[in-house]
Amino acid sequence: MTSVLALRDVVKEYAGGVRALRGVTVSVQAGEQVAIVGASGSGKTTMLTVLGTLERATSGSVEVAGVDIERASEARLAGLRAHRIGFVFQDFHLQESLTALDNVATGLLYTGATARRRREAARAALERVGLGERLAHRPSMLSGGERQRVAIARALVKRPVIVLADEPTGNLDSRSGEDVVGLLKGVGSEGTTLVLITHDQQIAAGFARRLLMRDGEIVGDERS
Amino acid sequence: MAVEHVLPSPAAEPPSGAPERSRLPALELLGVALQGLRTRRLRAALSALGIAIGIGAMVAVVGVSSSAQANLLAEIDALGTNLLTVTPGSTLFGGTAVLPNSSVPMLDHMDGVQAAAAVYQAQTAVVLRSPYVPTTQTGGIGVDAASDALPRVLSTGLAAGRFLNAVSARYPEVVLGSEAASVLQIEHVGQHLLLFVDDRWFVVIGILDPVTLDSTLNSDVFISLPVAHRLFGTAPNPSEIYVRADQSEVEGVSRLLAATADPKNPSSVSVARPTDALKARAAAKGQFTTLLLGLGAVALLVGAIGIANIMVISVLERRGEIGLRRALGATRGHISAQFLAESALLAALGGIAGLLFGGLATWVYAQNRQQPFVVPTWALIAAPVCGLAIGAIAGLYPAAKAARLSPTEALRS
Repeated sequence: MTSVLALRDVVKEYAGGVRALRGVTVSVQAGEQVAIVGASGSGKTTMLTVLGTLERATSGSVEVAGVDIERASEARLAGLRAHRIGFVFQDFHLQESLTALDNVATGLLYTGATARRRREAARAALERVGLGERLAHRPSMLSGGERQRVAIARALVKRPVIVLADEPTGNLDSRSGEDVVGLLKGVGSEGTTLVLITHDQQIAAGFARRLLMRDGEIVGDERS
Repeated sequence: MAVEHVLPSPAAEPPSGAPERSRLPALELLGVALQGLRTRRLRAALSALGIAIGIGAMVAVVGVSSSAQANLLAEIDALGTNLLTVTPGSTLFGGTAVLPNSSVPMLDHMDGVQAAAAVYQAQTAVVLRSPYVPTTQTGGIGVDAASDALPRVLSTGLAAGRFLNAVSARYPEVVLGSEAASVLQIEHVGQHLLLFVDDRWFVVIGILDPVTLDSTLNSDVFISLPVAHRLFGTAPNPSEIYVRADQSEVEGVSRLLAATADPKNPSSVSVARPTDALKARAAAKGQFTTLLLGLGAVALLVGAIGIANIMVISVLERRGEIGLRRALGATRGHISAQFLAESALLAALGGIAGLLFGGLATWVYAQNRQQPFVVPTWALIAAPVCGLAIGAIAGLYPAAKAARLSPTEALRS
């Protein structure tokens, strides 16, 4: 199988000398579903931002969806994020001034798709996450679980190659959390790769592959 | 599922050909900027208000002065642009020429001339309210002999009494210009009201309305030529002849005036059209005062700083949104363009609001003074464009700040 994410000896150092990643080497195949588990400060989120091309590694090589990140221009990386990478965050990052439909449609804003196409796709994506009846609702009118489902629809609306989810259940009760994880796992059926960060062992246990992080290193790569 | 028809299926490799780019067409950018403003309506309105006040003040200054100027020009036109003046010019040797005494009847009988009237300077005469006033205190009042037709040719009425007529040729009668009357403190005419002109008592028989077409006449008093000749030895050579031509013949008459007034020396006659000079003066007067425009500019500057301030705060508050947009594929350029567009749009809307304020102020002013309502066309374009430019400049720093934010930092906040 092709590898969609490939990290080799990746080091990420922040200003002030904090080493968030200390030589990470890992490769994720297309369609794979991976949970990254670790305590706070273990480098999980940094790992995700490097995978998501939001930050460049200090050293080492990173390849995402066939693109060599070090050599790619900022514009190329933005294009990659616009078309191929979907993000889901712990605190949703929905815009209160927009309806659920328009929030999801912004997922396609930077792809160059027309407004009409964006809304059509957004409607389909919301139906897919079971919110077909909530198109005109504003985020404040939705429950936490529903909000995260809107955010998932926004990540999926571009039909990404990779979905990166950073503690998507962190702000949810366990029941909604399970729903959300179920939804995210569902994208695998279309060949989308899923990388999910969590410190919830129970959620991680549901994944076929689990990367264990500690102090900026991968200390365990379990498959079941 | 519908979505499958809309977008390509996911693939591990990008499709062959050009790499997928992150795009935000101008129209979409405008939509994003509008949405950003809509989200914070009150704040947007308040910060646009600064620009609106600045631009409004400037539009009002320009509008009010344009309206006043248009009114002045209309008044001048109403007096008739068909008045021409004939004055003695210079001789070949540089001395002052003299118009022949035949010039007035000659001009009066020209084709295309409705009427001609002349004034003759009575240089030796001095006007005094009474014999006890020293002769040096003339109050700047000159004495002219005048044709009976003068008020008619100048389109001037009388504030009181009547003008000189055939009777005045035999009796010492005087008509006062409007300013002369006010200097002499004479408001009414009457048999017993006398005016002392160079050792002679004259009866005031009339007071002229202000003469707009030649305001120098306002500070003069007028007597008949025969009386002036008899008492002061005034020569019958006109110092100025006013000619009212047919409106359609003004140009032609104007060309022939010099030769008709003095056939022997037409080059020593100057001909002018007083409305031209008045219009030029009105136009110069209509120029808006620099001071008021300066005040408007200060208001604009304050407005611009207000917008910059609000945008900086907005960038700090919207770190999450900026991070999200970067995650959704926005480049740094898109982020800075978004904030720049918001700022420019805000100020452009302020500019349009200012145009409306300024227009309204001008309209109210024009209505109150019964003047024509005029806002120059260039102001209609300049107001929003000016706002746009100010907003763009004010937004430069906040936009750069937003673009510099690291997406990770922004998402963590």
